[in-house]
Amino acid sequence: MLDFIKDNRKPVITLGLVTVIAYVFYFLDEIKTTSVLVFGWGYAVPLVLAAMVGIIGERTGVVNIGIEGQMLMSAFASFFGSVITGNIYIGMLIGIAAGLIMGGFLAVAAVKWEMDQIIAGVVINIVAAGLTSFFYAPGKTLPQLVPVVSIPILSDIPLIGPVFFRNGIFALATLFIVLAVNFAIFKTRWGLRSRSVGEYPSAADAAGINVTRVRMMNVTLAGALAGCAGAFLALEAAGTFARGLTAGRGFLALAIMIFGAWNPLGALAAALFFGISTAIASQLQADEVINIPQQFVNLLPFVMTLIVLSVAVGRVRPPAAAGQPYTKEG
Amino acid sequence: MTDYLIEAKNLSKKFPGVLANDNVSLTLEKGEILALLGENGAGKSTLVKMIYGLYGSDGGELFIKGQKVEFHSPAEAIAKGIGMVHQHFQLVPVMTVAENIVLGAEKTKGIKFDLVAAEKEVTELSIKYGLEVDAKARIEDLPVGMQQRVEILKMLYRKADILIMDEPTAVLTPQETDELLKVMQGFAEKGVGVIFITHKLREVLAIADRVVVLRNGKVVGTTRPKDTDQEGLATMMVGRSVVLDVKKDLANPKNNVLQVKNLNVRDDRRLPAVKDLTLEVRAGEIVGIAGVEGNGQRELVQAITGLRKIDSGTVVINNEDVTKLSPHKIHELGVAHVPEDREKDGLVAAYSIADNSVLNRFDEKEFSKAGVRQIGAIRALATKLVEKFDVRTPSIDTSAGSLSGGNKQKLVIARELIWGPKLLIAAQPTRGVDVGSIEFIHNQIVAARDAGSAVLLVSAELDEVLGLADRVAVMYAGRIVAILNQKDAERNKVGRLMAGGDVN
Repeated sequence: MLDFIKDNRKPVITLGLVTVIAYVFYFLDEIKTTSVLVFGWGYAVPLVLAAMVGIIGERTGVVNIGIEGQMLMSAFASFFGSVITGNIYIGMLIGIAAGLIMGGFLAVAAVKWEMDQIIAGVVINIVAAGLTSFFYAPGKTLPQLVPVVSIPILSDIPLIGPVFFRNGIFALATLFIVLAVNFAIFKTRWGLRSRSVGEYPSAADAAGINVTRVRMMNVTLAGALAGCAGAFLALEAAGTFARGLTAGRGFLALAIMIFGAWNPLGALAAALFFGISTAIASQLQADEVINIPQQFVNLLPFVMTLIVLSVAVGRVRPPAAAGQPYTKEG
Repeated sequence: MTDYLIEAKNLSKKFPGVLANDNVSLTLEKGEILALLGENGAGKSTLVKMIYGLYGSDGGELFIKGQKVEFHSPAEAIAKGIGMVHQHFQLVPVMTVAENIVLGAEKTKGIKFDLVAAEKEVTELSIKYGLEVDAKARIEDLPVGMQQRVEILKMLYRKADILIMDEPTAVLTPQETDELLKVMQGFAEKGVGVIFITHKLREVLAIADRVVVLRNGKVVGTTRPKDTDQEGLATMMVGRSVVLDVKKDLANPKNNVLQVKNLNVRDDRRLPAVKDLTLEVRAGEIVGIAGVEGNGQRELVQAITGLRKIDSGTVVINNEDVTKLSPHKIHELGVAHVPEDREKDGLVAAYSIADNSVLNRFDEKEFSKAGVRQIGAIRALATKLVEKFDVRTPSIDTSAGSLSGGNKQKLVIARELIWGPKLLIAAQPTRGVDVGSIEFIHNQIVAARDAGSAVLLVSAELDEVLGLADRVAVMYAGRIVAILNQKDAERNKVGRLMAGGDVN
């Protein structure tokens, strides 16, 4: 535990600080604080999941700008999968499978064929937007809603309980996914090898690690997380599918990845920051404390992205080989 | 069948347009240090990369410890006990020593990677072989000599008993080199077979048991150090006799051309790289900067040529303060710059030789009228450069990127010298260049001096600095720690200064 805090000082401090502030407000106004945090975490969940996709990719040396498209495709697949099969759980699996396939597509294009990674990602986004618009059928509804699950004991904690531990499946899983990805990247053999591939592929190659295989595998598997994010958006958050449902979240996630310094916990903290500030802005709007058009409030995350990136870039260091295809000589 | 560690029979390797290895045969015995000698492009690296599984072969057979093998990846070669220390260290800069050493052969505890055990093992191993390193240090914080130890330990950790070392001394100080040579001898005594690639003849003679010389992808001879000398080896390498020592008269220095005063410059990480440096170079003399790479030489050169912002201090060229001038303005004052990385900064690989020959003077009246390039004049210049500086190319329309390293360098030198600069700044002018071309380039630099140019030479090759420079300035940790006349610049003394020691 102590080691964990020592290894992740910044995210732990940020999260701790947010918690303390949240509790202060909680005592001032229980209902509003809870609703702001619920909204904030709901906003953060797909961003966190999508940021994990970006982190796993870039830590392994592959820039994934197609997260947006991967999510959109998965949202589409999970929604219509649910509608057609009449079962949201099968729909979830279909959504995750769609994410895996989209991840595999990027892996083949960017790693195996050594296509420019940015172009491969843009292709994914365009293809996803096109396909999901074309096959979109309006007027469909989910056969059932995603049930809310409460984790015993944890969900009884005031404030934190209802916000984090009384949720749909994906929102609940997200916290554990972040911890698992963090552990895997920094504490396992897979993580050490993946990072070496993302930092200095020829060194990994010389040490007998199959760079192409590691990249293919990681990019594909990360697609499953994009699948989770998409399924969350369609099934849990919106409860429906609409054209362009992801609304730029895939790109926002990349900003969060950078703000979190390519660190899963950092990304979690960054996404919470985005989510909660958006929630606060909406709340202030609703309370008529501030009176600006809703469009400007919706703009907030992107304005923050600009500010955050201009501050963060140059201070944090990306994985050295991110974006560079690895060609074996000979 | 004797117990050869390696027996290569008629290995061949083709690359598009080149036969990099042509029926190369070679043996390595237990406890033997085999030097592999040859010019750039002779096929040394290709050969060892085949042995290490980085390249597949296009013909021939390879036996490791009596067993016929066909490697498809380094992992298979490593499993057979082959280790390779690459010329460019294959280390992950942001990871620790221990992580780098065990990478690819990690031990785990449950699903966790066992870092504690790795650090313990690495420490034990480093003590056992007398190669002490801090297992917890990050690679990027270590000096190159240390990094090389990590590379060697990486191989020992994998229980390598065949060690391939690709130009391991290129980045070391003379003292570090001596240490490394001793370590290599220690390995040989323990029964490890070492293949040692180098182009430094002195080292070959000092420690090799046997020398195999390659030229144009073929083995041209095998000899033993006691049967030959430096001239003999050089002749075998190049195929004709080569003058190794630079022939030049005493310098006849005149007025000050370059005056650097109290210069402070930062590096890319915003850390001070050049500290309070003062230096003068006069017309008709060569001042050589000796020093281990990374001691501020690059930043110094960039500051003088206007490529890097100067924190404080002044650079004066021909009585004109150039501290705040752009690189182009500085060039117009008569400064020629041979950058250390010809691929990145010296040439535009995709441009033709003709276009590359006017990169520094494209806007001069002769080559550009009213914004229109004067193709005729440009081609005439390129033709002249190619002829006068012996750039071997099919035509001046060939892209610069397709030239060999030596010819690229000759093209850069030609372009920078042809217009008679007042100040020549040459950084690593013969890096990765074959012996024959080195001789030529050295003669050109001396000729420029004799024609009245001031020359600032920066080289990581101590022998080059000692051979060429009329005055030797030793640079350490961003400072000039000593300036010696050529006759006082004795190898060992300069070596000690380069490592931060004092003269006595």
